[in-house]
Amino acid sequence: MNSNSKLLSKEKILKYRTQVGLIGIAIIVLLLFMVTSPDVFLSPQIYKSFLSTVPFVGVMALGLTMILAMGEIDLSFPSVMALSGFVFAIVFKTTGSIFIALIATIATGAVVGLLNGLLITKIGIPSIIVTIGMQFFIRGFSNILSQGRAYPMDLSSSIFYKIFAGNIFGLPSQSYWFIGLGIFLWFILFRHKFGEHILFTGDNEDATKMMGINVDRVKIATFILMAVLASFAGVLDIFRMRTWWPTMGEGYLMMVVATVFVGGTSMHGGDATILGTLIGAFLIGSLEAGIVAAGLSGFWTRFIYGLLIIAAVTLHTVLKERK
Amino acid sequence: MSLVNMKNIHKHYGGVTALRDINFEVGSNEVVGVMGDNGAGKSTLIKIITGLHPFDKGEMYIKDKKIDPRKYSVKKAHEIGIETVYQEQALAEKQSLWRNIFLGRQKTNKLGFIKVKEEKEETNEIMRELMGFTGIGANPDSNIKTLSGGEKQGVAIGRAMHFDADLVILDEPTMALSLQEVEKVLNFIRDIKKRGKACIYISHNVANVYPVSDRFVVLDRGEIVGRYEREKISLQDLNKELVELTKVEG
Repeated sequence: MNSNSKLLSKEKILKYRTQVGLIGIAIIVLLLFMVTSPDVFLSPQIYKSFLSTVPFVGVMALGLTMILAMGEIDLSFPSVMALSGFVFAIVFKTTGSIFIALIATIATGAVVGLLNGLLITKIGIPSIIVTIGMQFFIRGFSNILSQGRAYPMDLSSSIFYKIFAGNIFGLPSQSYWFIGLGIFLWFILFRHKFGEHILFTGDNEDATKMMGINVDRVKIATFILMAVLASFAGVLDIFRMRTWWPTMGEGYLMMVVATVFVGGTSMHGGDATILGTLIGAFLIGSLEAGIVAAGLSGFWTRFIYGLLIIAAVTLHTVLKERK
Repeated sequence: MSLVNMKNIHKHYGGVTALRDINFEVGSNEVVGVMGDNGAGKSTLIKIITGLHPFDKGEMYIKDKKIDPRKYSVKKAHEIGIETVYQEQALAEKQSLWRNIFLGRQKTNKLGFIKVKEEKEETNEIMRELMGFTGIGANPDSNIKTLSGGEKQGVAIGRAMHFDADLVILDEPTMALSLQEVEKVLNFIRDIKKRGKACIYISHNVANVYPVSDRFVVLDRGEIVGRYEREKISLQDLNKELVELTKVEG
């Protein structure tokens, strides 16, 4: 029994070795920041600040984790975030109802996700091409509709403001959404049959079809999920800024992609880590502040991002290949 | 009662004819060996019976019920009692054994969440009783990629047995297996017959098909070109016939 339990714990460590490696990297980076900028990184304020900024990237990274688990890619989400935000602004200004605006926003994401999914599964266009096209199309569409204008909104008096951008028990509301969605999606991916179908589709699409799974339906649903999460990130951003900007979502593409890869989810499908994405989001989200606080110029940011991504992905690959 | 009855079935992929005027029957307790070269149409025939691809023309009856090709699917085939062990084993390499066993037929609660403990316990039983996985170090959590070719075939066969099918279809199940592993597969086919069920066994290898089959059907370029009963033909003669029937003229 003893050897059995030892074997089990060894297996578990092996199973979660990429997450363990990532936690190691995160601790090293954090210690480095604490040494270089103790005033900033030994105060709880910076961590509260991360909890309010990281969720925008993190929520979309969770969606992208599901997409990559399925062996596909989605690059349209920053524009989905912008278009959904625009729909929120217009519906709110027209109806005065935040609730109706929220429904319209999520519905917008669902429609774009459905379009992505249909083009990929029914027409057979690779997801990278469809979603690059959709990225431009939607960004252009929201620019045409808004004529490049920003839309300020008075949202701070609403209860929804507290729910999406306020403070709950001293912590930013966004962080609860991010962590809550992370836990929910972990259960969906690893404990629900829909998540199992995502993993199998990413692992061996033909085998999944042979076992009677409607792979097209799985893909469409997952692209809808991704787009709805991007819309939700748009909602969080709108409540934080209380303004819709035509440039909303720009700059998030690479941050989100980097978060997922640093987290340890592979491009090959059939394998993903939600915990890795959660850690990756905080790691990527803390870099800029850490670099600036250390007294380095903003020019170093990209350099260090690149370094971290390459180091993390190398570590994940080496750990995964080790028997 | 015939389990499967295909009448004048045609199947095309674009402009290519994969099956032409196929009349094929499987009884409720017999093993039918299907042979032929690559591209003869064996896999297409199977994919039609298992609901993976629809046929274009003709009629198909399963357990005397007429099948509508537009409504027939793998799920329906499973419900009717048809299980398939594919050439490619239809397993996902990065997933665990227990997930592979129950894919498409998960044990879930009302919300669709998987009863993991139940599935793992049942997998353990299947491994011991149906796959013969004793003392090889694999457990329900083992990833498929860590198993040998024979063990993977064992998983695919164990899955088919567990769901207690009336018809088990094996598509080249002995490819790349050791002699011992081949013998295990052949015993499994004998066991299907003993349990009063039916089997379609597809293979290039006449020596493997012959001892376990009741009848043989030979396919060539999408057509059935020969039908034999084991009682009326020896292995040597069947071999000769096969060479003659599938000879490329030129």
